[in-house]
Amino acid sequence: MILLKVENLHASYGPVPALFGVNLELAAGEVLALMGRNGMGKTTTVKAICRMIPANGGLSFDGQDLHRMPSHAVARLGLGLVPEGRRCFRDLTVEENLIAAARRGEWTLQRVTALFPPLEARRAQRAASLSGGEQQMLAIGRALMTNPRLLILDEATEGLAPIVRQEIWSAITAIKQETGMAILLIDKSLRELAQVADRAVILGRGKTVWSGAMTYVTADVARDYVGI
Amino acid sequence: MIAERWINWIVLLGFVVLPLWALFADEPFTITLATRAVILALAAVGLNIALGIGGLVSLGHAVFFGLGGYAMGILAHHAQTYAPLELGPLVIEGTKSMPIIWVTALVTSALAALVIGLLSLRTTGVYFIMITLAFGQMFFFFSISWSAYGGEDGLSIYVRNDFPGLNTLQPIQFFGLCLAVLCLALGIHSRLRTSPFGLALNAARQAPERVETVGLNPMRLKLLAFVISGALTGLSGALFADLNRFVSPTMFSWQLSGELIVLIIIGGVGRLMGPVIGAALFVALEHLLGGLTEFWLVWLGVILLLIVLFARGGIIGILTGKAGPNV
Repeated sequence: MILLKVENLHASYGPVPALFGVNLELAAGEVLALMGRNGMGKTTTVKAICRMIPANGGLSFDGQDLHRMPSHAVARLGLGLVPEGRRCFRDLTVEENLIAAARRGEWTLQRVTALFPPLEARRAQRAASLSGGEQQMLAIGRALMTNPRLLILDEATEGLAPIVRQEIWSAITAIKQETGMAILLIDKSLRELAQVADRAVILGRGKTVWSGAMTYVTADVARDYVGI
Repeated sequence: MIAERWINWIVLLGFVVLPLWALFADEPFTITLATRAVILALAAVGLNIALGIGGLVSLGHAVFFGLGGYAMGILAHHAQTYAPLELGPLVIEGTKSMPIIWVTALVTSALAALVIGLLSLRTTGVYFIMITLAFGQMFFFFSISWSAYGGEDGLSIYVRNDFPGLNTLQPIQFFGLCLAVLCLALGIHSRLRTSPFGLALNAARQAPERVETVGLNPMRLKLLAFVISGALTGLSGALFADLNRFVSPTMFSWQLSGELIVLIIIGGVGRLMGPVIGAALFVALEHLLGGLTEFWLVWLGVILLLIVLFARGGIIGILTGKAGPNV
């Protein structure tokens, strides 16, 4: 069953066009890697999907047209976004960050802190005082607390130490294996993406230039389209 | 440094001990001063929900204070003149019953907050401040021209309204009633602050666009906070009118809205007892310095200046060593 469908998506920042025809589909339970060089429109695509910026073209989630919906209504349909740069609520504690966003479902405070043990130890600590890795865990945990059907991770491991990156990737793998949640991943780590993602869509200059199974993302494809 | 909860209990204890001392020392005026502080604290506790948790700098909260006051004044006026209030086909008898007056004040203020919030919360920052100020001025000038209820001269009430089982003419009993209402409001604020709603509101203050991405509507959160805040401030207006047995357009004045903000800043923005400490200090300075010089507000200004410059967490921030939230 197709959960997210994006057809010929166009978007712009004011007068500056940013997307010129993005196409992608994501089935329930599938993990899709959204790849591309810097500035090719990956984050803009995510913002358009989440209705954070206006866009034209086909955009539906579970058969529902997203175009008429405000951002919060889209999130309530089941899109959980972990935005680029973590962006936790700095004045709230770890626990408060998680409770503020919570909705009923299988992801509870206990389950999130079990997935990310460092958060359990820092429950009463303000988010602003956490390390970058812990803030990233908190951002993922906050999105999970909304009990989404689709988790969108925008550069979830960017700028983190290798050991923390490994923890994040282990958590993403666990989410996939234990819950079968659909995941849209933006990342530049080809090796880790290959282990988790089922399919890939590559953007170039604001439009889809390649799509296929992750196993077909060879070194040549990565070099030609992603520059890695 | 002192833990905040100890400061909270000490302040509350002070509000119990001082009037009791005044009662035994036969100082009814001190009890009246304490009552005034408690009622102003209640108004500021209401505003602190919008300002301290939601980050809404409202310069129009006097609207709700005035509406609460006029709800009391109009109902009591019709009770003492035995003439019903006629609103077209609707005829309402006046009343001296405090619970009925309180409910009227709460509902009227909440409805006004709903309408004002729906319009003003579409803006942010200085525009929000200006719109709320504009609403305040509208109500102020309307009350000045409302000759049926005293216009510019205000409306005197010759009786103290009744509360079942209490003699509200006794200053200590009226004080106890006001303190009980304040404690209830503090309980609401405390529960609200740590509830999922309060946390989401706090998050919306910090980053509204991020709150949207987790499925929360920041406009709805802020509107609800504004309505609760307005209702509590309205209730305090009814009590204030009962204390003075007088209502006037000054209850709607923007200076009063400003004073409420000052009380919160002095005590500590977003802190549970911040408004209570601010109100106590305000009334104490008004009484102590007001007797020495008519320019006592200059000294309050100096205190405010020092706090804003050097102690952003207010008096509670100084005592606990912890700054408050960034508003």
